[in-house]
Amino acid sequence: MNPIDGTLDSQSNPAAVAGNTQPEPVIRNPLFQNPIARRVLKERIFYGAILAATVLALGFLFYLLFSIGSQGWEHLSWDFFTNFPSRFPRKAGFKSAIYGTAWLGGLTLFFSVSLGVGAALYLQELSNRNRFTNWIEISIATLAGVPSIIYGMLGLGIFVRFMGLGRSVLAGALTLSLLIIPVIIIASREALKSVPDNMRMAAFALGATKWQTVRDHVLPAAVPGIATGVILAMARAMGEAAPLILLGALTYVAFVPESPMDSFTAMPIQIFNWTSRPQEAFHNLASTGIIVLLGFLMICNSLAIVIRMRWGRKP
Amino acid sequence: MMTQKFTSPILEARNLNLYYGQKKVVKNLNMKIAKKTVTAMIGPSGCGKSTILRSFNRMNDFIDSFSHEGEILFEGSDIYHSKIDVTEFRRRIGMVFQKPNPFSSSIAKNITWGPKINGYKGDFNELIETSLRKASLWDEVKDKLNDSGLALSGGQQQRLCIARAVAMDPEVILMDEPCSALDPASTLAIEDLIHDLKEHYTIVIVTHNMQQAARVSEYTAFMYNGDLVEFGPTTKLFSTPDEKLTRDYIVGRFG
Repeated sequence: MNPIDGTLDSQSNPAAVAGNTQPEPVIRNPLFQNPIARRVLKERIFYGAILAATVLALGFLFYLLFSIGSQGWEHLSWDFFTNFPSRFPRKAGFKSAIYGTAWLGGLTLFFSVSLGVGAALYLQELSNRNRFTNWIEISIATLAGVPSIIYGMLGLGIFVRFMGLGRSVLAGALTLSLLIIPVIIIASREALKSVPDNMRMAAFALGATKWQTVRDHVLPAAVPGIATGVILAMARAMGEAAPLILLGALTYVAFVPESPMDSFTAMPIQIFNWTSRPQEAFHNLASTGIIVLLGFLMICNSLAIVIRMRWGRKP
Repeated sequence: MMTQKFTSPILEARNLNLYYGQKKVVKNLNMKIAKKTVTAMIGPSGCGKSTILRSFNRMNDFIDSFSHEGEILFEGSDIYHSKIDVTEFRRRIGMVFQKPNPFSSSIAKNITWGPKINGYKGDFNELIETSLRKASLWDEVKDKLNDSGLALSGGQQQRLCIARAVAMDPEVILMDEPCSALDPASTLAIEDLIHDLKEHYTIVIVTHNMQQAARVSEYTAFMYNGDLVEFGPTTKLFSTPDEKLTRDYIVGRFG
């Protein structure tokens, strides 16, 4: 090694003199002691760790799916979709739960999107920052972390008792809307934030008002992000049992709701009901219900992906 | 130093101070912009030239910490007067930004959106053609008016943005370093366009490129550290400037 510039010279390197076909790498600056072997080792350990984490998570998921599938597949038939629940496992079906969830879903979507996206637009685009909006922001972040059972109590107090809506689909949908509005607000604000500012400036410079700018440029550009947030939040709401049980949703319903004021059951509640029966056959029915619920949620999520990819392609 | 063009200026700053928070970025500016001229604003980064430009159509309103003292007169009336309708005078003072920012809609809609929201009652197809012709873009895009504005090249996008501004029939067009994101050929196209546009419009252009200022403008303002150091006919400012600071800057001694 040449002590001055750190290059390898042939005199001190017998391998080079002997004409070895693999010359040692030339180190130009001795201050850069590139510990390549250790860096590669660290990289491999890290890679192994995250791979293990992924495999572990997927492993549990597949185990769950497999055990549910093996228990539930035998009941999965057309009758399961068209029959009402019954005392006899053979005749029991999911019809009232599916209809209940559909009603809940439609109403919840309407309330939570109109209020959630509206609030996000106000906070992100139209309001000026002040103590009031800061306070709202903190409240929303806090509300997003409140356990769903608390919303159930709130719904029972306000919608069922105080507003006198009874144990209706409407009361259930309003409660679930309250539950997911904070999540929708946060997701929508992130989507609005990611719309580049030069789009707004372009519109303002043309003499547009805030509302015209938001309506024609900002909101359309934010739709994919908002839709993703809304659908994920909806999937969560449709999987909730606790707040609905607290509200007093029925567990045995042999009819389908025909108006927002009718009483109802929902898929998670029916599943909960079946699992709490002593007979093994009902446990298998619960698994079948879970398969249907999972299928429904999967369709929701695929929809989110399709919306995100399709939107904005048109000129 | 000025001719009679300046007796009824279209834009005028009077004792104008501009602030970001506590920081004074433009100090006691007095400046007149004459009708149907091209005025260039030059100076090193951070000298306040873009801030002035953006205050001419009140785009600084969107910056929370911004505040001002003094007056900006547009056709003789103060644009910061509380009774003024901001959207109406922004229609009359168009703006072209540093980075081309067409809307993500079709070329045609890029042109028509502004007039539409401002209640334009004329023929939109005619407006699209004349605006694109004025921005020398018509021949390149006339067969694909329904394509996305974002599918155009950078230089074409910037000319689309100019066409969009022109469609509003403005009196003034403010340009904030309109060529800094463009290649030399597109830059030349925009400079030619500025030459054509000054027949109808008053143009104020902020630029980092002194050759560009010399090529396109009739008047040049040299800003330094928030002060208007020198303002006069471009030929004079670039050949025999009054101030030593101006001379040092234009020969490239700093900045």
